[in-house]
Amino acid sequence: MGLLPLETGGEGYHAPSPDDFTLPPLFPDVPWLAWLDKYMLQAIVATILIIIFWLVMARKRQMVPGKGQFIGETAYFFVRNSIARDNLGHDFRKFLPWLIALFSFILINNLWGIFPFTLMPTTAHAGWAYGLAIMVWVVYNGVGIAKHGFGGYLKLATLPAGVPVFMWWLIIPLEFFSNIIVRPVTLALRLFANMFAGHLLVLVFVLGGEYLLLESEGIVNNIAGGVSLVFSMAIFALEVFVQCLQAFIFTVLTAVYLASSLAEEH
Amino acid sequence: MTPLELTGSLGIVGYGLAAIGPGIGVGLIFASVIQGTARQPEARGAMMGTAWIGFAVTEALAIIGIALAFVFGGL
Repeated sequence: MGLLPLETGGEGYHAPSPDDFTLPPLFPDVPWLAWLDKYMLQAIVATILIIIFWLVMARKRQMVPGKGQFIGETAYFFVRNSIARDNLGHDFRKFLPWLIALFSFILINNLWGIFPFTLMPTTAHAGWAYGLAIMVWVVYNGVGIAKHGFGGYLKLATLPAGVPVFMWWLIIPLEFFSNIIVRPVTLALRLFANMFAGHLLVLVFVLGGEYLLLESEGIVNNIAGGVSLVFSMAIFALEVFVQCLQAFIFTVLTAVYLASSLAEEH
Repeated sequence: MTPLELTGSLGIVGYGLAAIGPGIGVGLIFASVIQGTARQPEARGAMMGTAWIGFAVTEALAIIGIALAFVFGGL
C-alpha cells in the first residue's frame, strides 16, 4: 500500500499543475505596476540584452574578425543562410532584420527557462506565443495583400494551381481554413505547448524527486527521489535542445509562410 | 460502485491516444533520413536540416495533445 501514488490531497506533496504557470505581479502594492509580472520583466530584460548585443555586433567591424565579432557573425550567418536565404529566395534582405529579431527574441525568452534565477520560459505563458503568432500572421498576410492585391492574394492562398472546377467547393474553404485560420494557431500552440510541457516535465521530476527524497518514508522512495533528481539534469539538457529547436522552427516557419505569400503565380 | 466503471482523468487517455500518430510520424521521418544517408552519405547535411523541421512540425501534434489534456481533462 505504501507504493500507491499520492494525490494532490496528500499531505505536503504539491503536484505541478497549470496553476503554477500563472505568476502574480512583482509589486502587488503598486497599482500602476500591475502589468509587471515575472514574464514581463523577463521579456523586457531580453529585449534590452538583444538590442545591446546586436548594436555591439554591428559596431566593431574589421576585415579579419576577432572573437566577439566572430560570435556575432556566426549568429547572423545562421539566420541568414539557413532561414532567410533558403526559404525566401532573392528578396530575403527585406525581411532579414525582422527574422533575426524574431529568432533572437524567442531564443532568449526560451532560454530563461534554464537560467538559474528565472527558471521560467516566457513563452510558457500562452499570451506571449499568441502575440508573436498574431504578429507573424499580420505580416505574412499583409505582405501578400500588398504584393498581389486582396483578391489576388486570396486566390493564391486558397486555390493551388491545376485544381479542376468541380473540386473548388471543397478546396477553397479547406485551404482558407488551413492557411489563414489554422496557421497562426498551430504556430503559437507549437511554441507554447513545447515550452509548457517541457517545463512541466522538469517540475514533475524536480518536485517529485524532492518530495520522494526528503519527505516520504521508505528507503526505496528516497532512492527513487535521488535518481529522479539526478535524471532531472538530463531532462534539463533535453529542455535546452527543445528551446533552441523551437526558436529555430518558429523562425523557419515564418520564413516559409512569407515565401508562400510572396510566391509568383504558377 | 457500478461494475466496469472507470474513474480518473480522461484527458490522459486522450493524450495517450494522441501520441500514437506523432510517434509513428517521427519514426518515419528519421527512418527516411537514415536510409537516405545510407544511400548517399554526402547528402546528410541537407537531409538533417529538413529532418529537424519535419520533426518539429510532427511533434507539435503530440505537444498540443499534452497541453490540451490539461485543458479538457482537468487534471
